[in-house]
Amino acid sequence: MSRILIRGGRVLDPAAERDELADVRIEGGHVAAVGAQLDAQGAEVLDASGCWVTPGFVDLHTHLREPGQEYKEDIASGGRAAAAGGFTSVVCMANTQPVNDDPSVTDYILDRARQDSPVHVHPVAAATRRLEGGVMTEMSALVEAGAVAFSDDGHTIMDSGVMRRVFEYSRLVARPVIVHAEDRTLVRDGVVNEGPVSTRLGLPGNPAVAEAVHVARDLMLAEVTGAHLHVAHVSTAEAVDLIRRARNRGLHVTAEVTPHHLTLTDEATLGYDPNTKVAPPLRSAEDVRACREGLVDGTLDAIATDHAPHAVHEKEVEFTAAPPGLIGLETAFAVVMDLVRSGELTPLQLVARLATNPASVIGLGAGRLEEGGVADLAVVDPERSWTYDPAKGFSKSRNSPWAGRRLAGRPVGTLVGGRLVYHVDRGVLVP
Amino acid sequence: MIGRDLLGIEDLERGEIELILETAERMKEVGRREVKKVPTLRGRTIVNLFFEPSTRTRTSFEIAGKRLSADVVNFSTSGSSLKKAESILDTAKTLDAMDPDAVVVRHQVAGVPKQIADALDAPVINAGDGAHEHPTQALLDLLTVWEEKERVDGLTVTIVGDILHSRVARSNIYGFLKMGAEVRLAAPPPMIPPGVEALGVKSYTSLREAIDGADVVMVLRIQKERLEGAFFPSIREYAATFGLDRAKLRYAKDDAIVMHPGPVNRGVELAHDLADHRPSVILDQVRNGVALRMAVLYLLAGRAPKDGEPAEEER
Repeated sequence: MSRILIRGGRVLDPAAERDELADVRIEGGHVAAVGAQLDAQGAEVLDASGCWVTPGFVDLHTHLREPGQEYKEDIASGGRAAAAGGFTSVVCMANTQPVNDDPSVTDYILDRARQDSPVHVHPVAAATRRLEGGVMTEMSALVEAGAVAFSDDGHTIMDSGVMRRVFEYSRLVARPVIVHAEDRTLVRDGVVNEGPVSTRLGLPGNPAVAEAVHVARDLMLAEVTGAHLHVAHVSTAEAVDLIRRARNRGLHVTAEVTPHHLTLTDEATLGYDPNTKVAPPLRSAEDVRACREGLVDGTLDAIATDHAPHAVHEKEVEFTAAPPGLIGLETAFAVVMDLVRSGELTPLQLVARLATNPASVIGLGAGRLEEGGVADLAVVDPERSWTYDPAKGFSKSRNSPWAGRRLAGRPVGTLVGGRLVYHVDRGVLVP
Repeated sequence: MIGRDLLGIEDLERGEIELILETAERMKEVGRREVKKVPTLRGRTIVNLFFEPSTRTRTSFEIAGKRLSADVVNFSTSGSSLKKAESILDTAKTLDAMDPDAVVVRHQVAGVPKQIADALDAPVINAGDGAHEHPTQALLDLLTVWEEKERVDGLTVTIVGDILHSRVARSNIYGFLKMGAEVRLAAPPPMIPPGVEALGVKSYTSLREAIDGADVVMVLRIQKERLEGAFFPSIREYAATFGLDRAKLRYAKDDAIVMHPGPVNRGVELAHDLADHRPSVILDQVRNGVALRMAVLYLLAGRAPKDGEPAEEER
């Protein structure tokens, strides 16, 4: 097993509230020691001066597209993109083809991940068969196979009776139910945030209230059933407010927010770039502000990318016909560094929202950097300036609103189980 | 001088609008000649790329191009939005390879002319995209009002009807505001676009209040099939509350004019006799449409070719 000494970085471990300059020595896949001026003892030395050394990031929301849509992404390419983004664990959604609604599909995903992915992959299983919102899946068998949560994601369950049963049954396996909260009867054909921007564009609006109505319903259902509700990609001020009040009442609710909903407004859509089309849509400046406040005050636990790859030819069509979604694994850290630069989050708080908190949402032991723990780590340069070119990235797809943009902040090394799986100058090193 | 493309009135400066209107005034003279043709665009190719059925606008562009001696090619595809999405870039590249001097685009989805313009060398003229813009319609409306009132500055213009789904409304809002008019909107609340006040207009749910003292009342076509029952209860109720007739028009100024982009649903948004007679100016709008489109084609397609050859060179 390789031995690595990460020298001279700023070690950030939110779980231990550690924020200090230190060396980290890794042996046998574990963190052997954290401290000043450690002896290399013949280990490979990774210079981390000017960098942060953090628990590996955990992404609660990705679409790896395998099985079924490997032309958009597969577990190998998505896993490499994750490694390049400083992520050591990703949670992948169930809307594959076939849908991950059966233990055999979960097995397949985990098997591919073991062979192809440099990072850990944790599948979400569908809450209902074929994501049809009717018959619930065999949750117990799926958890046995390795599913960490249940979700129909974009196929939001509109039947409140079905949703109630899903919440109730999820208590049997004590796993979170992840909800893409949009009332589809309010969304209808909406493709951009309803408001001045949708009016200027002349495109059908998707109103903020579609999210709030659905969040309100699911909070009430979660409350009466005692389930763990995890709200995916919160995008509106109203939803943040509803979740905040529910948490104050003691509900078991967690939530995530994406880098794009934290930093981009609906005005990014004004040029009709289909790479700015996402569900839920980019919202108003006021919503962005509320999401940032929610992330800062802990209403929203985690930053999750909702990495949603689509092929170039699928996006190069009329705005209404383009599939929603954008890729985000490789840009997430640089994009959310904005909250540190603005002073809204300390570096330690940011790392908590990228690593520690998402790990705890799905009950992973990851997201920590303690002696004796598994060495899933990220070394990130908070200042490093680079121009993002999706064509040179690791994802198979290029649908990013940040394409061509100058970004600051970049992962320089990612370690999974004590092995260096990514280095910014050397690329992805395994498998 | 105006920009390379004409995608929307939102992008235009007041001076550019004035240049187009003045040019259109000169073009009207051609339409009054016995031989309605000038050699200005001889040897130039204009492609009418219509993804959405349109007889009126396409014909208007075609006549405009022919009066300027351009070769006009109609490229129509029936692109129902339910049909499989086609690559905008493929369409644009295919066209580009045929070296057109201008491409006139109509599409049922907002933004497509912009997407095509981004990928094409030739100037693109938006002939209507979804509920976004229909700039030549707004320009011909401005021309009509300008001729009728001899000014636009200080006028009150009320737009009545389905603002939410109307590209004509959006282009006219930008156009009339830029030219110094006050713009009011009147519609049943579900058809007032959210946040429209941010554009600088005031919206009303009372037709009477909205046209009180108006100089121009612009009535929009109601798409009966699509809207009845969803955005208003019934045609009967719509006609009773927002349909314009002579009795309701009394609240406007005595010399107010009535406009409509056509085709009119008679007895729904506009009373039958009002559609045919003063103060409605609907046929003047159509007439001005040809001159206005001649002006736009002249200004955009009539530029010197990229290799520097003079525009009028004989071949």
